[in-house]
Amino acid sequence: MTETAELPAWVAALTALLLLLGAVVTLVGAVGLLRLRSFYERVHAPTLGTTLGTAAIALASMICFSALEGRPVLHALLIVVFITITTPVSLMILVRAASLRDKAEGKLQAPGADSPA
Amino acid sequence: MTRLLPYSLMCAGLFGLWLLLNQSLAPGHILLGGLIAMAGGWALTRVELPAAHVRRLTAILHLSGLVVADIVRSNIAVLRIILGVAGHQRRSGFVDIPLELRNPYGLAALACIITSTPGTLWVDFDAARGVLTIHVLDLIDDEEWRCTVKGRYEKLLLEIFA
Amino acid sequence: MSTLLAWSITATLLLLGLAMACAAFRMLRGPRAQDRVVGFDSLYVNAMLLLVTLGVRSGTTFYFEAALVIGLLGFVGTVALAKFLLRGEVIE
Repeated sequence: MTETAELPAWVAALTALLLLLGAVVTLVGAVGLLRLRSFYERVHAPTLGTTLGTAAIALASMICFSALEGRPVLHALLIVVFITITTPVSLMILVRAASLRDKAEGKLQAPGADSPA
Repeated sequence: MTRLLPYSLMCAGLFGLWLLLNQSLAPGHILLGGLIAMAGGWALTRVELPAAHVRRLTAILHLSGLVVADIVRSNIAVLRIILGVAGHQRRSGFVDIPLELRNPYGLAALACIITSTPGTLWVDFDAARGVLTIHVLDLIDDEEWRCTVKGRYEKLLLEIFA
Repeated sequence: MSTLLAWSITATLLLLGLAMACAAFRMLRGPRAQDRVVGFDSLYVNAMLLLVTLGVRSGTTFYFEAALVIGLLGFVGTVALAKFLLRGEVIE
């Protein structure tokens, strides 16, 4: 903890706030993974962590390192960009796989007639 | 220009990626990044992607602002649903939406927008009929979601990828 | 002031660890293969965020590369698994 001790107070507070926000949002998303009932509902849950959670934690990292090194350190931006591009791709292919599997087993209800939660 | 630097947007992205990864604006890195970006562009010509014509910078900015606002708003909505404080009987289900958008890049952008917004999920796109199926976590009214996707996103995407 | 930051970093690490535990539970429990893959997807994203937080704690940028590698490998792994579920073959 030697490096972070040199941070100005407002930078430390902002970093702490953003880190906690990101962690709480990500945790709620993971809890949703446990609590929601059907597969199609559960796929919605991780997107909480990949949008707001990732953005908040990456922003905290950018702010902290920029203040530490005294110049803009933006490489955490790459994580945000990367996650924004990859998550939809993996979730979409997964949902398509699930719907094909369900159709093959005759389990999928007609669109618009999903069971009430 | 097109022959010298094909896929200029992709090249600019590669160049930016290189500089961000190396955390430097030294002339050597700019030179190396430029070379890698050009090599990447030339390599892409072998894949023969369909040409993309992006226009209307203002529409792109408008769409990005809209998407960021929607993502924050639906994050809060899904947060409330998962924590069980939404307060009303919730129903989830599929919605069919007829689309006019046919540009592959426009559809890809729409897919990313819909899937990365919590609460909505891109399930299938029937290219022959032009019907998109999405899954909605908190489905109150089918028609409302059709209006949201068509009026908010598709209109701007049609402008951008005309 | 930095004690506040130190405490919140510790809390963040704990919360993210808990989130990883939830995702791992879904991965182990199932019930079907696609549920396990969603759990894996969530698990690697949380692990990546954990590494970014560790980087803030140590004040070095070395953790960033590790986080990026986890993100890349996790994405490729999820897509390969989903592709396998789609057809039963990864490369056709």
